[in-house]
Amino acid sequence: MGRKILYQDAINEALDQEMARDDSVIVMGEDVVGGTGASGEMDAWGGVLGVTKGLYGKYGNRIMDSPISESALVGAAVGAAATGMRPVCELMFIDFMGVCFDQIYNQAAKFRYMFGGKATTPVVIRTMYGAGFRAAAQHSQCLYNIFTHVPGLKVVMPSSPYDAKGLLIQAIRDDDPVIFCEHKALYATEGDVPEESYAIPFGEANIVREGDDVTIVALGRMVRFATKAAEALVADGINCEIVDPRTSSPLDEETILESVEATGRLVVVDESNPRCSMATDISSLVSQKGFSSLQAPIEMVTAPHTPVPFSGALEDLYIPSPDKIEAAVRKTAAYGN
Amino acid sequence: MSNTAITAITMPKWGLSMVEGKVIEWLVEENTTIAVGDEIMDIETEKIANTFEALDSGVLKRKVAEPDQSLPIGALLGVLAESNISDEDIDAFIKDFQANYTPPEIQEGEESETSYAWVEIDDYRIRYLRMGVDKRNIILIHGFGGDLDRWLFTQGPLSANASVYSLDLPGHGQSTKTIRDGSVAAMASLVTKFMDHVGIDHAHLVGHSLGGAIALQTTINDPDKVDALSLIATAGIGVEINGSYISGFVQAESRREIKPLLQQLVGDPSLINRNLIDDILKYKRLDGVTEALEIIATEFIDRDQQTIDFRNHLASLSIPVHVIWGSADQIIPASHAKNLPGNVNVDVLEGFGHLVQVEAAGEVNKLLQG
Repeated sequence: MGRKILYQDAINEALDQEMARDDSVIVMGEDVVGGTGASGEMDAWGGVLGVTKGLYGKYGNRIMDSPISESALVGAAVGAAATGMRPVCELMFIDFMGVCFDQIYNQAAKFRYMFGGKATTPVVIRTMYGAGFRAAAQHSQCLYNIFTHVPGLKVVMPSSPYDAKGLLIQAIRDDDPVIFCEHKALYATEGDVPEESYAIPFGEANIVREGDDVTIVALGRMVRFATKAAEALVADGINCEIVDPRTSSPLDEETILESVEATGRLVVVDESNPRCSMATDISSLVSQKGFSSLQAPIEMVTAPHTPVPFSGALEDLYIPSPDKIEAAVRKTAAYGN
Repeated sequence: MSNTAITAITMPKWGLSMVEGKVIEWLVEENTTIAVGDEIMDIETEKIANTFEALDSGVLKRKVAEPDQSLPIGALLGVLAESNISDEDIDAFIKDFQANYTPPEIQEGEESETSYAWVEIDDYRIRYLRMGVDKRNIILIHGFGGDLDRWLFTQGPLSANASVYSLDLPGHGQSTKTIRDGSVAAMASLVTKFMDHVGIDHAHLVGHSLGGAIALQTTINDPDKVDALSLIATAGIGVEINGSYISGFVQAESRREIKPLLQQLVGDPSLINRNLIDDILKYKRLDGVTEALEIIATEFIDRDQQTIDFRNHLASLSIPVHVIWGSADQIIPASHAKNLPGNVNVDVLEGFGHLVQVEAAGEVNKLLQG
């Protein structure tokens, strides 16, 4: 039916279409032109993974390479947003956010609130997250939970090429700062993506799969793992419903609660560390507002409370796997039966 | 019954994109006698759930497919035979069928991509689909908020002895979303131009809902181009319309908003599955769609009233005119099918909703072919 493209090409297409539509959209980041620094480079590489490839040739100086100083880059983007531009700034790894946190949580996130609604900060910070690349503890984290904690920020985690394009377009058009988290392992995944522009509203969860036995809430890459587990569980007569919130802030509480109301059982899958995370957040939501629906304790499948190991064998054990999700579903499905 | 004493019931192919279907449940027991058109099984596809009606007659000797099983098109679902055929023969038939059956290869987009075509008409790029090759031409025109997929269960069967075209109206499906004139008159002139572009002089027009009004207007403008007119749950021949459905559909952004609206389209709300809701939301999220739908809606309705009326033209039409309605239509009431002039054939199907050509595909197809 539809046209299939890669997740990374869906991101490229969203940037391209929004830059064509709106002159105030600019892209800035380390190596987003191609890293050569030479003007007139038409076929530059376009970032470490080639996500912004081709945009420099089309939009010239609206694609800006920045020095390797994340604090300066993010500060400039936030400032540009406050003065009317719509910058999409790329921070290569989410792990580097530490050095630009004042710009993000004290400035960008606060402007609208502290200036009585008179200021908007339409900045998007695109960033890569996630383990699985033997890149060790400083290049593999899932820090989206930290941004979810901060009021004034919107946090997006697309799990498919379709969602990546529609959510990025929404992020660019949104008047608030958006942290746009792209999992490294998803860039090469493929899916149906319309050629036309479209925006997916924030706070609208996707029901990836319908089922009436157990609800699995999964985010980002974990949606694919949950789907794999759910497919394997069908053989044993366990039908899982998979809810992908798409955005951790705002969070579509209603869809999660409605699903648990129907199934009575919940497994939350979050690639991040287990404390103060989306896993604990969603668990607390359901135990507070959906307590009477629950027929079994909530299960959480997360990474352990340790840094991401460099050892390949340990890293594989660290990441929540389809097997672990399957085991958690079996456990909750068996409870009380 | 066909020539052989044993007949395979196989997974149907509903629409271009269908590669497999999921068995929801059997609606008949083994050893019951089945006639052509009997409902035998509920099947869910990527697009919608529907009831599969028997294409052959015989005794259902064996159920092969089980509920919840997903099977590719053409896969064996069950076996029909004359009552005197032995179990051994049935076993041999199944064994032979399964040994020779190969699921169709999924072409990476190729086959289905090339089947859609586009024409440039004025400023619009219009997507259409042609099925079948015959001297007779049929054009299928969808309604407000629909697209050519609304004819998923119609176009294939009709194409057995006709060239059948379905198109996406401007603002719909994959056609251009920027609309200058959303009036029924403008859409009708587009249908005429579409016929010129694809090179057909005359056709049987089949319109659903707003598409019916467009077909009627086309006929009034160019009576020589229209062989026959089939109007399904049509707009334009009565006053009442469910205005809150129309405005709700235009404004809805989420699954929670759109699901109860879509359920009003059918007599059996369980037909509205996750995939159909997702498809509609994906369409609604495209840039320009909300604006296009608003422009079109203001041209033919004002709150709960239609502002176009072709009822008085019906009596003067010299071609066959057939009005088909579902009695449980919650969008445009089936009462509009009453008291029509004598030259109009009327069929009201009991218990079905506005999307009667989807919900009662078998019966509607028979009426369209009859």
